Amino acid sequence: MPDRHLEPTRTLIKLGQPEQDEWALSRVEEGLPSRRPVIVPLALWREHDEESGLAPWLTSDTELDAPLAAELSRAPLVAIDFPAFTDGRGYTLARLLRERHAYRGEIRAIGDVLVDQLYYMTRCGFDALALREDQHLEDALRALGAFSVSYQPAVDQSEALFERRLRENDRA
Amino acid sequence: MYRYDSYDQTLVDERVAQFRDQMDRYQDGRLGEEEFRPLRLQNGLYIQKYAPMLRIAIPYGMLSSTQLRRLASITRRYDRGYGHFTTRQNLQLNWPALEDVPDILGELAEVQMHAIQTSGNCIRNTTSDQFAGIAADEVEDPRPWCELIRQWSTLHPEFAFLPRKFKIAVTGAAADRAAIQVHDIGLRLWHDASGDVRVKVLAGGGLGRTPMIGEVVRGDLPWQHLLTYLEAIVRVYNQFGRRDNKFKARIKILVKALGVEEFARRVEEEWVHLKDGPQTLTRATVEAAGAHFEEPQRRPVSEAAIAEFERLRGDNRAFARFVTNNVTDHKVPGYKAVTLSLKRREHAPGDVTADQLDAVADLAERYSFGETRVTHEQNLVLSDVAVDELEDLWKALDEHGMANPTVGTLNDIICCPGGDFCGLANAVSIPIAQALQERFEDLDFLYDLGPLDLNISGCMNACGHHHVGHIGILGVDKKGEEYYQISLGGNATDDASLGKILGPSFFREDVPEVIDKILKVYVEQRHDDEHFLDTYRRIGHKPFKERVYA
Repeated sequence: MPDRHLEPTRTLIKLGQPEQDEWALSRVEEGLPSRRPVIVPLALWREHDEESGLAPWLTSDTELDAPLAAELSRAPLVAIDFPAFTDGRGYTLARLLRERHAYRGEIRAIGDVLVDQLYYMTRCGFDALALREDQHLEDALRALGAFSVSYQPAVDQSEALFERRLRENDRA
Repeated sequence: MYRYDSYDQTLVDERVAQFRDQMDRYQDGRLGEEEFRPLRLQNGLYIQKYAPMLRIAIPYGMLSSTQLRRLASITRRYDRGYGHFTTRQNLQLNWPALEDVPDILGELAEVQMHAIQTSGNCIRNTTSDQFAGIAADEVEDPRPWCELIRQWSTLHPEFAFLPRKFKIAVTGAAADRAAIQVHDIGLRLWHDASGDVRVKVLAGGGLGRTPMIGEVVRGDLPWQHLLTYLEAIVRVYNQFGRRDNKFKARIKILVKALGVEEFARRVEEEWVHLKDGPQTLTRATVEAAGAHFEEPQRRPVSEAAIAEFERLRGDNRAFARFVTNNVTDHKVPGYKAVTLSLKRREHAPGDVTADQLDAVADLAERYSFGETRVTHEQNLVLSDVAVDELEDLWKALDEHGMANPTVGTLNDIICCPGGDFCGLANAVSIPIAQALQERFEDLDFLYDLGPLDLNISGCMNACGHHHVGHIGILGVDKKGEEYYQISLGGNATDDASLGKILGPSFFREDVPEVIDKILKVYVEQRHDDEHFLDTYRRIGHKPFKERVYA
């Protein structure tokens, strides 16, 4: 039974706040779990994308082209997997999904999601962070606020710092 | 030079606080060894053979005297009173205590310095021409552009976990002194017919295990698009660079695998979406960056003073030697750039003591507007010295052991820390450098040999740039024994080339003799005043090989 492989619900950081998660996660490619709501591999979600209570997760090597992005626009949430915390492809995927393809639902980081990545993830468009089990929630909440200033525009900041400086100097 | 505003300062202060928190969590076990590793590396902290090593960033090689003095005091307080300048214009401390590192970073932040991204699989310190802003052959001052790249790359949220390290070098001069062809991205600034800045963008160069010369991705990028274009390149690399094998993870492998045309096509396809976005540069932005690098208020130097300098040079042989080798022409008549040699056999190449750092700080204030530059050849430069003060400066440098008149000669060896310090090294490198400096110390002999780059790396990671030395020496390990492989014909400047291995490797004690044979072949075969590299290119490998393995 696919339900045997479900990863339990756990504490999630959603929009910067801890929240009890209602979504379960299945990493099994075959057989749809009966539990709802559940996040399943992309291929499985594609087979059942009319059903409610289902959402896809993407592997880090997913090539996010326009047709795939159009399909994903129907998903209530899209999870992006970090198979290892050193795999940085998920940051690019989140930005592409949010910035280029204007996905408006939840983008959730799953897998090797560690305290010290959360600030970068948030800047790249992740608004839900499913911490790896061994991570401490207080550390995570503190790490989210590590920086009050950043140079680059990203999902959380529409202008580069150099533009902001010019604007402020003009006003001064 | 660039001065932080409150935003820059806030960011480095917050970075120190973040690292202090990470160190606390590491020490109380909440952060595991493996998870801590990239965090400490991206703050310049390595765990080395005997002690931790801290690599401090010196963006595009520029240092104020205040910063030099702080570095001196840090080496005294937290280390053993010396530091090591690297081939990427950074400064390394060899003996800091792990638990002191947050305090060291705090002290650096007080003088607008940091160790952000000096290691790890991220965009590293941007390097440039040590004669930026004063070189007679300069078309465009690279420093404002380097600073814009520094800001763009600092804590870039998307690029903190690239497949591998990523290095950018920039030149704006006719002669490339920044080795742009052997960087992950090399940028050459040039002016088009209407005087607008264009950027020639190279990608896929690099040394290490698989050395490659960078290829042109785009020759004529308009300046407005510099940052968006860089972002497109790094994004393509982040997505498609190999992650299954760390030895095949650099961008050069991707460029080679796809071919530069296909790589460029993917970059352009990505760039279409980023072009004209919020990172597009405007004149106002570039001018604001450029305002940090204003011309110093140089006093006029009279014709008489210039004539007097020439007279001194004619009369004093030792001074003349120094001027010929260590002094570089300046775009302003009456001014010179002076290279301070950090190559003497009592110390490792690039090493500097705390007292020397303090002395350089004083000399820079007295003779060169309080600024010092670091070169990728591991020396220092005072960029704005009036010729009527040159003799005084020379004497002062001599007192502090930094006037060796050997810049650009065989004695001016580029060398990594090697097996004496580095956890990666297969063999020692510093003792090789010292043995060569001892054997070839006769100045007339060195001058007769002419310009000669001899570069030494203690392992194939190639921190000592051995592939691009006219003579390269690589330490290798064979069943626990140290051997040295010698290559010839490398070059890091405009007509860059990679050295070719001469043949089987040598015992450490034989290296000076082998080098001597190589030099003899050159001296015997050269035409008139032909340089070593040109003779090698003309006569090829064979005569050298035959002599050495006879």
